[in-house]
Amino acid sequence: MDLTLSPSEEEFRDEVRAWLRANHPGPEPEAGLDEVMSFRREWQLKLHEAGWAGISWPQEYGGRGATMIEQAIFAAEASRQEAPAPANVLGLAMGGPVVIAHGTEEQKARYLEPILTGEEIWCQGFSEPESGSDLASLKTRAVKDGDEWVVTGQKVWTTFAQYAKWCMLVARTDPDAPKHQGLTYFLMDMEQDGVQTRPLVQITGEGEFNEVFFEEARVPDENVVGGVGNGWAVAITTLMNERAGLAFGAISQIQNSLGRLSKLARETPSNGGTAADDPYFRQRIAQLHIEVETMRLNAYRGLTKTMQSGIPGPEGSLGKWQWADLNQDLTELALEIEGAYSMLARGSEHAVAGGAWQYGFLRSRANSIEGGTTDILKNIIAERVLGLPRLR
Amino acid sequence: MYFDLTDEQQAIKSTAHDFLASRFKSERIREIAAGASGFDENGWKEMAELGWAGLALPEEWGGQGLGTVELAVLFEEMGYALVPSPLLSNTIAGLAIAAGGNDEQRQRYLPQLASGELLATPALMDAGVPAEPGIFAMAAREDGDGVVLDGEKTLVMDAASADLFLVATADGRRHLVEQDAAGVTVVPEESIDLTRRLSSVRFEGVRVTSENTLPGSAETYFPPVFSRACVAIAAESTGVAQRALDFSVAYAKDRQQFGRPIGAYQAVSHRCAQMLLETENSRSAVYGAAWAADAEPESLPLAASMAKAYASDAGWRVPDAAIQVHGGIGFTWEHDLHFFLKRGRANAAMFGDAKWHRERVAEAVLARETAAANA
Repeated sequence: MDLTLSPSEEEFRDEVRAWLRANHPGPEPEAGLDEVMSFRREWQLKLHEAGWAGISWPQEYGGRGATMIEQAIFAAEASRQEAPAPANVLGLAMGGPVVIAHGTEEQKARYLEPILTGEEIWCQGFSEPESGSDLASLKTRAVKDGDEWVVTGQKVWTTFAQYAKWCMLVARTDPDAPKHQGLTYFLMDMEQDGVQTRPLVQITGEGEFNEVFFEEARVPDENVVGGVGNGWAVAITTLMNERAGLAFGAISQIQNSLGRLSKLARETPSNGGTAADDPYFRQRIAQLHIEVETMRLNAYRGLTKTMQSGIPGPEGSLGKWQWADLNQDLTELALEIEGAYSMLARGSEHAVAGGAWQYGFLRSRANSIEGGTTDILKNIIAERVLGLPRLR
Repeated sequence: MYFDLTDEQQAIKSTAHDFLASRFKSERIREIAAGASGFDENGWKEMAELGWAGLALPEEWGGQGLGTVELAVLFEEMGYALVPSPLLSNTIAGLAIAAGGNDEQRQRYLPQLASGELLATPALMDAGVPAEPGIFAMAAREDGDGVVLDGEKTLVMDAASADLFLVATADGRRHLVEQDAAGVTVVPEESIDLTRRLSSVRFEGVRVTSENTLPGSAETYFPPVFSRACVAIAAESTGVAQRALDFSVAYAKDRQQFGRPIGAYQAVSHRCAQMLLETENSRSAVYGAAWAADAEPESLPLAASMAKAYASDAGWRVPDAAIQVHGGIGFTWEHDLHFFLKRGRANAAMFGDAKWHRERVAEAVLARETAAANA
């Protein structure tokens, strides 16, 4: 057992730390999403030029070939310094790894470089209005027409679809096959008439995600990834990658939030002192620190296990569940500390901390839904970790 | 970075697991729990032969010289098997003597503690004052070449089988008092945990010669011992939680209602998932703290409090959830679950409860963050 970094890992961390300090572009613009996206594109290009985009990707595909620990270190450090997200986060975390794992040589040559540079943004077309947690029931159809496929249907919760060049699309190619077997994974060009996106306004007032409508949209045969009928297995790879990559960045992020929470507590009057002196708030703050630490240690244990077996296990679901709970608890506590002023939001003169906690409270409601609902994660844990019988 | 047991630690775990599973079946635990003293002499001898009594004591005093991680491994298995044993109290007393005793005291007691011939237990909390870590009321009255102790220690573990008490006094000292010393009376209490007996120990004009008082103030040597005691009992609670979870999963697969195993229903399976989350968190916190004890002592106090706070809650909540999963049978004396609930609940209150440790965590993290903000 050794919870320290090796000298070479420390060296790597110092290198990451120094580079981020020197190149950090400052906070994201507060204007609209368009401004944020061009800011992130610029940032991603900078990352790419220094070799920090796609650090988990093998070197032959333009990545850094970093070890899992190095990936964890990079993610933790970037979050710690609150570096912006790269513009093409879905392409880097999911699209690229899928093409590398399942793509043809031609696909690798075509798609990987523009993912790394951020020149082409990717989005993920999985969920549908009637297929959320039960993803394999999806109905969007792809019908063969010569050497093309004609796609008709609707996707939803498609983050950054409005900026995307490519969509990782899972569609039904064989309506007669059992539901998991009739699916195919396509790379769909979003820039065509048959594809329409409509932003959905979230409870925060923002519009990160969209509905996407396909009406006889066309995908050439060469854009099938992993073979016709194999879409479910390919899609599962992306989801695994999503979870494995998120943990360490998320932990640093939540540690930063804990720091801000303590600051809020120290600056907020309560019971004749500050909230940081109030035994009730002290207990709650301590409990959050304890649970964040257990999440961090669980992630280390998971990483050790993954390094031994080569693949992330279903235990990753525990971390995602816990992260969602903690982000929600943390922002709920912040509003409780703010008391009556918690009623004021961004843009209000008397809003505490510029209304950041109100935003955080609202945004974190999605944490237990996005990327696998907590309820589904509990099913996964019950079935695959504990071996309990399936209801379905 | 490697957060898993080494092969050697894994070997300790499986040896302990197999030995305890074969020796401490339900019927045997019930026999010991129903006995007058709650002490199982044969079981203790066997554990001592395995080297457990001196596992973490220095080799030069007859121990095995192993670390806190190994101690946590062992106590997790002790909790899993719910063994009625003075191993915990004996270990803590031994660690305190190793940390704070002079060589003469170490030589006199540690080899015997390590071999299991002698049993020792800490007698820390005093009747009449808040039963919290660090609050001591008993006076040590100077008397010639030594002190005289008067007062009543409460909530003393395994006192009936103990040969030696490690007694705390309000002046910050620790004294070694043998059970047969004049003026010592053990008064057994009724503990909720039948597998770990608690007693009061009365001291009436008990003379302690200076050679039996540990030199110096306990503040200089006792905090790391206390932290390791917290890690050990938190490890035990983790084992308790794991066992309750295993019972529940097995039952949920087996028990049929409405034509299906109850584990297929989300009300049950999600409860089990929650139990797993709490058990795994508890385990991570325990081994993180155990590692800190051995490798990064400056972070031990915070890590130990985090582990003890978390495991205090999980150690009884998981068995509590297990009873719900089992329904009526879980509420019967006949089923073993209640022993686990009771041990978990008692462990939660020993060596500082979750609230006490959370306050220590708050103190540490708020100070750290204030320092960072001012830097």
